[in-house]
Amino acid sequence: MEFREFRLSGSGGQGLILAGIILAEAALKDGKNVVQSQSYGPEARGGASKAEVIISDKDINYPKVEKCDVLLALTQKAYDKYISTLKTGGVLIKDDKIAETQKRDDIEVYSVPILYTANEVLKKPMVANMIALGCIYEVTRVINKDSLEEAVLNRVPQGTEELNKKALCEGYRLIESVKGKVCHEI
Amino acid sequence: MTENNKRLMQGNEACVEGAIAAGMRFFAGYPITPSTEIAEISAAKLPRIGGKFIQMEDEIASISAIIGASLTGVKAMTATSGPGFSLKQEGIGYAIMAEVPCVIVNVQRGGPSTGLPTSPAQGDIMQARWGTHGEHSIIALYPSTVKEIFDTTIRAFNLSEKYRTPVILLMDEVIAHMREAVDLPDISEIKIYNRKKPSVGPEEYKPYKVLKGNIVPEMANIGEGYRYHVTGLIHDESGAPTNDNRIAEELVLRLVNKIENNLDDIVYYEKYELDDAEEAIVAFGATARSAKSAIDTLRAKGRRIGMFRPITIWPSPKKQLTELAKKVKRIMVVEMNMGQYLLEVERIAGKYTEVLGYGRVNGELVTPKEIVRFVEEG
Repeated sequence: MEFREFRLSGSGGQGLILAGIILAEAALKDGKNVVQSQSYGPEARGGASKAEVIISDKDINYPKVEKCDVLLALTQKAYDKYISTLKTGGVLIKDDKIAETQKRDDIEVYSVPILYTANEVLKKPMVANMIALGCIYEVTRVINKDSLEEAVLNRVPQGTEELNKKALCEGYRLIESVKGKVCHEI
Repeated sequence: MTENNKRLMQGNEACVEGAIAAGMRFFAGYPITPSTEIAEISAAKLPRIGGKFIQMEDEIASISAIIGASLTGVKAMTATSGPGFSLKQEGIGYAIMAEVPCVIVNVQRGGPSTGLPTSPAQGDIMQARWGTHGEHSIIALYPSTVKEIFDTTIRAFNLSEKYRTPVILLMDEVIAHMREAVDLPDISEIKIYNRKKPSVGPEEYKPYKVLKGNIVPEMANIGEGYRYHVTGLIHDESGAPTNDNRIAEELVLRLVNKIENNLDDIVYYEKYELDDAEEAIVAFGATARSAKSAIDTLRAKGRRIGMFRPITIWPSPKKQLTELAKKVKRIMVVEMNMGQYLLEVERIAGKYTEVLGYGRVNGELVTPKEIVRFVEEG
């Protein structure tokens, strides 16, 4: 399937808008057309937050994502709110603490410990977004690895490059470790 | 240009980049969502290039500050949104009357009043045209992509300098906040228009006299030895207030006609799939992007439909809309309001063809799907 529309959802403060920007910049480096947008509620932290990215070889006119091909959910609230917006045949990448309250047999699900890895393995909660990006790359391969790593390094604060690269690698690894165990029920 | 020059840029950022490329060196504003990034980025960038940024106490002070700055010869801009745009109307009228070039950005949001601060709306179409009191003409431009925000901001400055008039840049929240690839041109490729300075000495200078061969009076910078009176009152060629009815009529007509008589220079637009079209959509800004997607879908189903997209929405593209109206069986105006531009299209095109309107005011961008449905069922 073509991965064109991405919705990255979680709570405010998890860095999902930055992750969306990086995903878009990586695709831009690959010569694709991109649009990145975000829901922009009045609350800065804690509320439901989402970033959206469209990646395409063609011109992108309508800039919003309605139904997405790939949904990343980092919180239960985000999952509950957006799971119905995932297209049939789409991919859900979710934190493994999220309960799949709305089981769908028409999607592919990757349930991995993104937040645990950030909090307990890397001991840096703020890199959950980079781990998630690593997961998105490993599942979709919609961008080149080099472009992604370059885009990450362009955006993260000086002195955190190694940490962020490590977080990306953790993301790749999380998906590798569950590949084959994915519930393909299509 | 190579791929490497492409940058992911937010709409509001592209506005500042365009303004600086056009020569903006002064920004005064009062931050308000969804235009705040324009003030933020101006504050970060202007001091580094010898410019000035001032956060004023409110919107009226902001537009007054840019009028003052412009009178000293500096290109100046302010940016706001809905409620702030209401407050700026007084200053816009003053800049029209005193013929002070400046750019006013209005990133629209849901209204009335403070409305929906973070949601898109196209509810200020008529306010841009008639928000300030008194008989006047106005230039208002409406970009549709992030790259076009860059280009249109430059155009806004150029037109304001050329016609000595405030220019309104209307934007949609959707495009102001989204990021898109922008390939910025080299600064040497950008055409910049600067106001004409006096060709005569201070003794002979008449600040509001149009010399032969000019469209507008030549403009002296305050502080360079040319003393003159700047007023919102009807004034004669020397700038002095007057109640003379003949002078009043001449001045008001001149201010209107300097814009209305130069439509070919001022009116920008895009035609999309119109060559063989039997029906047409008129849309602008973000709504035009939805319309393009809808047209692609409808064309794939065999429907001969296209779009006319005004980039200059005021003065309205009368000639182009009339031509279009004579050619197509119907025109559908799609906008995020209850039919503001529809009124203008009906006025111009209504005698030649059927004109329908589709609007929504719930704070969401019109989707391609609903446009398709409207065209097929409407």
